[in-house]
Amino acid sequence: MVTSTSKYKYVTCDPDKCIGCQLCEYICSFTKTGEFNTYRSRIRTIRAEEILITAVACRTCENAPCVIACTRDALTQDSNTGIIHVNAERCDGCAWCIEACDFGAISINPATKLAEICDQCEDLEEGPQCVKWCPKDALELTTPEQRAQRARRKLAKEEVLGS
Amino acid sequence: MYGYSGKILHIDLSTRKTWVEEKPESWYKLYIGGVSMATRLLWENIEVGCDPLSPGNPICIANGIFAGTPVPVGGKYGLASKSPLTGLVGDSLSGSWFSIALKRAGWDGVVIHGASDKWITVFIDDDRVQFRDASKLFGLGTFATEEAIRAELGDDQVRSATIGPAGEKGVLFANVTNDGRQAGRTGHGAVWGSKKLKAVSVRGTHGVTVADPETLMQLSFQISETSQGPYTAKYRILGTSTNVLNMNKLGLLPTRNYQEGVFEGAELVSGEYLDAHYKVKKIACAQCPIACEQMSAAPDGPYKGAMTGVEYECLFANGPNLGISDLRVVIKLIETCDQGGMDAMSGGVTVSWAMETFERGIFTKEDFKCAKYPEGFEPHFGNAEAAVTLMEMIRDREGIGDLLSKGTRRASQIVDAERGTETYKWAMNSKGLESPGYDARGLKTFSVGVAVGTRGGCHNRSAAYDPDIQGEVDRFSIDDTRGEIAASSEEYAAVYDTLPLCKFIRRCFTGKADRAGAWPTIAKLINATTGWNFGYDDVELIGIRAHTIKKAFNIREGWKRADDDLPYRWKHDPMTKGASAGHVVTDEELEYLKDLYYAAKGWTKEGLIPKAKLLELGMDDVAEEIGV
Repeated sequence: MVTSTSKYKYVTCDPDKCIGCQLCEYICSFTKTGEFNTYRSRIRTIRAEEILITAVACRTCENAPCVIACTRDALTQDSNTGIIHVNAERCDGCAWCIEACDFGAISINPATKLAEICDQCEDLEEGPQCVKWCPKDALELTTPEQRAQRARRKLAKEEVLGS
Repeated sequence: MYGYSGKILHIDLSTRKTWVEEKPESWYKLYIGGVSMATRLLWENIEVGCDPLSPGNPICIANGIFAGTPVPVGGKYGLASKSPLTGLVGDSLSGSWFSIALKRAGWDGVVIHGASDKWITVFIDDDRVQFRDASKLFGLGTFATEEAIRAELGDDQVRSATIGPAGEKGVLFANVTNDGRQAGRTGHGAVWGSKKLKAVSVRGTHGVTVADPETLMQLSFQISETSQGPYTAKYRILGTSTNVLNMNKLGLLPTRNYQEGVFEGAELVSGEYLDAHYKVKKIACAQCPIACEQMSAAPDGPYKGAMTGVEYECLFANGPNLGISDLRVVIKLIETCDQGGMDAMSGGVTVSWAMETFERGIFTKEDFKCAKYPEGFEPHFGNAEAAVTLMEMIRDREGIGDLLSKGTRRASQIVDAERGTETYKWAMNSKGLESPGYDARGLKTFSVGVAVGTRGGCHNRSAAYDPDIQGEVDRFSIDDTRGEIAASSEEYAAVYDTLPLCKFIRRCFTGKADRAGAWPTIAKLINATTGWNFGYDDVELIGIRAHTIKKAFNIREGWKRADDDLPYRWKHDPMTKGASAGHVVTDEELEYLKDLYYAAKGWTKEGLIPKAKLLELGMDDVAEEIGV
């Protein structure tokens, strides 16, 4: 299984909670482009089988393979947040970053031919709009350590209460 | 225009030609979308008296006004053709991605004419149309067909509406499936099959823009938030299967082909039992925050591995109605219908007719010979393996499955003509469409609602059972208010079916499932999407016009007052057990209720529509053709 090695926050999806409604994609595309178009969303839902549903956005890998793969140094990673920024002047839409991403989290904008990557709505005070809108609270912006802490807490409860 | 492209795509399967029809904004303001626009397209594109399984019967797809926007539960489309089951208007709705893909491809509607000489799929790739060979898809189930098309085209975002083996073989209640949801009733699958059309696939890459995105976003967010609260709890937690115990208590849970309204095994087929033992995942249609679909699987037993979404109507038809109290069997039966591409309600109610006909000695073991059981089998009520085998035989039109594939009305007519019997007395249908899981003997307001339904025996186009069940009226007697209630309920439902919005959102506007609660917000949603200036009355008119165009279609096809009828059993055989025992809807009562209903609609005593009424609605050309 491919796992991110990020120490940074990124948007995760709990597949048990996700119902596959795609509202995250509408909201993302609207926030970023002003129109509703799931092809332009930076988070993508996937229903691999009837009951296997989840959503995927950039996982802010350390030593991000997409940044390394970019032949034109158009991608840079913010050392504080882990967010991958795309330099529109340098990106030529070659898609090497897409090849390098194990999570399928990058897409090329069909109109501008530039790579587009989740930036966690860093310019918005209330943070990622997909997280705000998710009706089932399946999406979260957390670090792997935060998720691990929660898993331990849940485990402790289960083992102590035996439920 | 916002919210619409103004374009209807026409596709002729006989000539492989396509053309674009542009419609004026005024036309959209009258017919909006969903079942209303689909039926209007049918009205415009069919010859009167057309054989439903001939090339002349068009497939009319109409998108929703809110498809592709974040308006909760707005991702739905309407589908209309002349129904092979009823010979009248066949209109269905289905949710999820297909409608959204179609919206993004830039089409408000699609009309498919003619028939192909070999099996094909139609691929609508934005503004291009491809006719693709479907020989490799032939015989595949609905879900497998969708996956195979995505694999073939190499794009996960391609969405398809497909038929299964039942549609290919011409089962008259075969349906059309997209994204695991069905345009379920009235036999669309048979119409598609008659055209050798295995699937319509769509890839839409354009964005959807609306007139006032800020307002639309704000309203949508509010509704989405509200939809996580008490007003949809029924649908989110147990799904509609929560009805089982309630209906049983009311004596309205159709049991053993509607012989009784209480089922001794109700606990074991309840929504609660399903949730505790077989639920595997809740899923939603695209654009829906509610997620009512309770995916359930059989973990063990002879049908281990069977999995499907379970809701009340399919559950009643294939559980209590067949005398089956094992949900694993019910899951298998519904899965057989869903993957085979046929209506699990009509399927269950047709199997129950066969079981009763067997138990009464008219059918014998001999009649049930098939490849699996060459000596035949004995389909007593409660016989799980017999029910599953019969459902598969219907899907494949094998042996007696061929007779049953025609639905209860035709099957009983054929048997009665050949054997001099009276099996029509327990053929549970109205206008040829099998009855729903609300027994009208204990729901007198609903009895007229279902009798006058334009598409036949249906719980979805009339919610007139609601005042009966809620105790707003006495459900066992009639009075002169019932015609008005039935008419009003039908027009209320038609608003939702036309936008379309899923009715499960109906209480999320202000908490009440009424016009006062919903219409003002719906008007705001319409205006924010389209830039129009709709008010309360305009929303009300959406439903009236939708219902009127469906009725007008039926009148043009020769509908008569006598066609508004109930199954014989509901008029003559009282139940002996439970809270609704002893009641029937007599012919006298029914005729009186019909009088009241036609009067409430402003129609003639014969149920025809006065010209003036149609002109009032702006339906001048309809007035010209069928107004009196």
